[in-house]
Amino acid sequence: MSPLAIIFTIIGIPSLVLLIYILIRGSTGLRRYILTRIGLTLPMVFILGSLVFFIMHILPGDPVSSALGPKGTPEMVERIRENLGLNKPLIAQYGDFLKNMITLDFGNSLVGGHRPIIDEMSERFPATLELVIPASILALFIGVIGGTYAAARRKTARDYSLRLYSVIIYSLPIFWFGLMLQLLFGVVLKWLPISGRIDPVIGTSLEHVTNLYFIDALISGNWSALASVIIHLVLPTFTLGLILSGVFVRMTRINVIETLQADYIAAARARGIREHIVVYRHALKNAMIPVITLIGLQVAILLAGAVLTETIFSWPGMGSYLVLRISSRDYTAVQSVITMFALLVAVISLAVDIIYSLLDPRVRY
Amino acid sequence: MPAKPLFSIRDLDVEYHTRGGDVRAVESVSFDIRRGEILGLVGESACGKSTMGKALMRLHRKPARITNGQLLFDGRDLMTLTEDEMRFVRGGEIGMVFQDPMTSLNPVQKIIEHLTETIHAHEPNTTNEEAHRRAGELAEKLGIRSERLNEYPHQMSGGMRQRVMISLALALRAKLVIADEPTTSLDVIVEANFLDLLRELRHEFDLTILLITHNIGVVAEICDRVAVMYAAHLVEIGDVRKIFTNPKHPYTRGLLRSVPNIDLDDKDLYKMEGAPPSLLDPPSGCRFHPRCPDRMKICSRKNPVLQKVGSDSQVACWLYSKEGKA
Repeated sequence: MSPLAIIFTIIGIPSLVLLIYILIRGSTGLRRYILTRIGLTLPMVFILGSLVFFIMHILPGDPVSSALGPKGTPEMVERIRENLGLNKPLIAQYGDFLKNMITLDFGNSLVGGHRPIIDEMSERFPATLELVIPASILALFIGVIGGTYAAARRKTARDYSLRLYSVIIYSLPIFWFGLMLQLLFGVVLKWLPISGRIDPVIGTSLEHVTNLYFIDALISGNWSALASVIIHLVLPTFTLGLILSGVFVRMTRINVIETLQADYIAAARARGIREHIVVYRHALKNAMIPVITLIGLQVAILLAGAVLTETIFSWPGMGSYLVLRISSRDYTAVQSVITMFALLVAVISLAVDIIYSLLDPRVRY
Repeated sequence: MPAKPLFSIRDLDVEYHTRGGDVRAVESVSFDIRRGEILGLVGESACGKSTMGKALMRLHRKPARITNGQLLFDGRDLMTLTEDEMRFVRGGEIGMVFQDPMTSLNPVQKIIEHLTETIHAHEPNTTNEEAHRRAGELAEKLGIRSERLNEYPHQMSGGMRQRVMISLALALRAKLVIADEPTTSLDVIVEANFLDLLRELRHEFDLTILLITHNIGVVAEICDRVAVMYAAHLVEIGDVRKIFTNPKHPYTRGLLRSVPNIDLDDKDLYKMEGAPPSLLDPPSGCRFHPRCPDRMKICSRKNPVLQKVGSDSQVACWLYSKEGKA
């Protein structure tokens, strides 16, 4: 089984079971809502993929000229174009693209060794996941803890510092922030590696199963590899996670403040409910509902941030691959990556909407 | 001599700390709540009645604080209790019903969870089944069908939610219920049903009720005694019938005359002159004197204290004092 297939099985099967359970147990309204959302997701991905296809072909330059440079003779250019199928009419190329998308084959790369994109993805998609998941956890963790803390100590020095932190961190350009972290912890202090996913020497000893190096090292009990993976993860995760945490701190803070002033909070206190239950069960749960929605909206920003972070840290993920292949006008590669990103954003926002409807009983469709 | 009162409030001061200075929302208020009575607390908006209602359970939040006073509830001074001891008084011995039942229930919690959670907060050793059984029984007494307990607040009507609020206040058999404008957000039919319910519950549960309201009609309908507040001061307290037929304080008189009445010949409803004073800078002497039709010289100089008039009423007005007449 390919690493990609393994990852999709691990994530996909339980989610599918859960989804079916929700569909069976849920109310008719909820069922209709979820099915409509799923139905809308597919055209959305299709439209996005098509847009990318046409934009790529409108852009000046093509894979052949960017590979051959000015040296290529017209005959050479023509021959390669024919090999790659670029001499076909645009509409026929679009047909091929759609066929590849539907069969989830993605086709072959147009440059280099013409590797199947799917092989490339099975190395790079796990790398992106391995960066994006801990970064989101970090951002959420800082956001929820920091936001609740600031809300509970509203209008104190600590609250003001946290608010200042979130404004500054949110406004920092991610590439500058990443470079500064590299400079400080990698170059000056020499504490942490500044590029790659794993030490190249240790990397040779790692068995590749899922291509999520963290998981691979864990299941094969390769502790030196695990340590290497973790220290390589620190800087990219913090770069991406800290930048994203700003908006979560602010959102959590304002929502907790709002809910703490709600009548039902005063009413809960008047019933003698313990203060920590009032804050954590009554206030936080209500305050988290809008924050959960925000997570869905942030996925796109997260992936955009991942592209930059991967580029800065030479992280061999989908983002750095995308940047690499845009410059060589590798149509199939770019289209495939963007379609994957679109699929990811669509699936996660669908998941967030379903979670939202389960959390808030007032939401009925 | 009547039995010992359930709740004696003595010299209560509640201050708000604001940018413009400290505001006394409740000043030197003393009164008793007698066992088994329904005491109405009336006054205009912002006269301090809601603040006092919260302060009686020490539920006030910053920037409000109690700066002075005793809260003698059933033999103990609530002011001397720790915050944790106070938690057992809230909901356990004193229940509260809030103004807006629409926003006073947690929107993501089922009604039954509100009830069992309250029972568990006071009696941690109660089993879940026991808590559910008690919640069901209580709900039934209040006219809430058991299948509705599994609903969320937004699925219920305003009247139903107010019933839920009462059931929460009574979950632990509280002796006193403080109801802060409980009918303000209900329409008249639901309000009438609700008042009937209160009357029934009072006998069934041996309840004492402090009903905070600005609605004179509600007071006439249900209360035994009434206390009138004006600009943070308690100005008159006594039997509802006596006060309604023979109000002593000029403010109470004005308040009663300004209630619309269908039998009233007078086409023009009485309108009190002026507006309530700002508590940031209250008038000297009696706070009502700038608006009072019967004001005397002493009124602007010295604040009258509450004193007995007749058998069972107290009023704070120089008209009824020897010093004032002198």
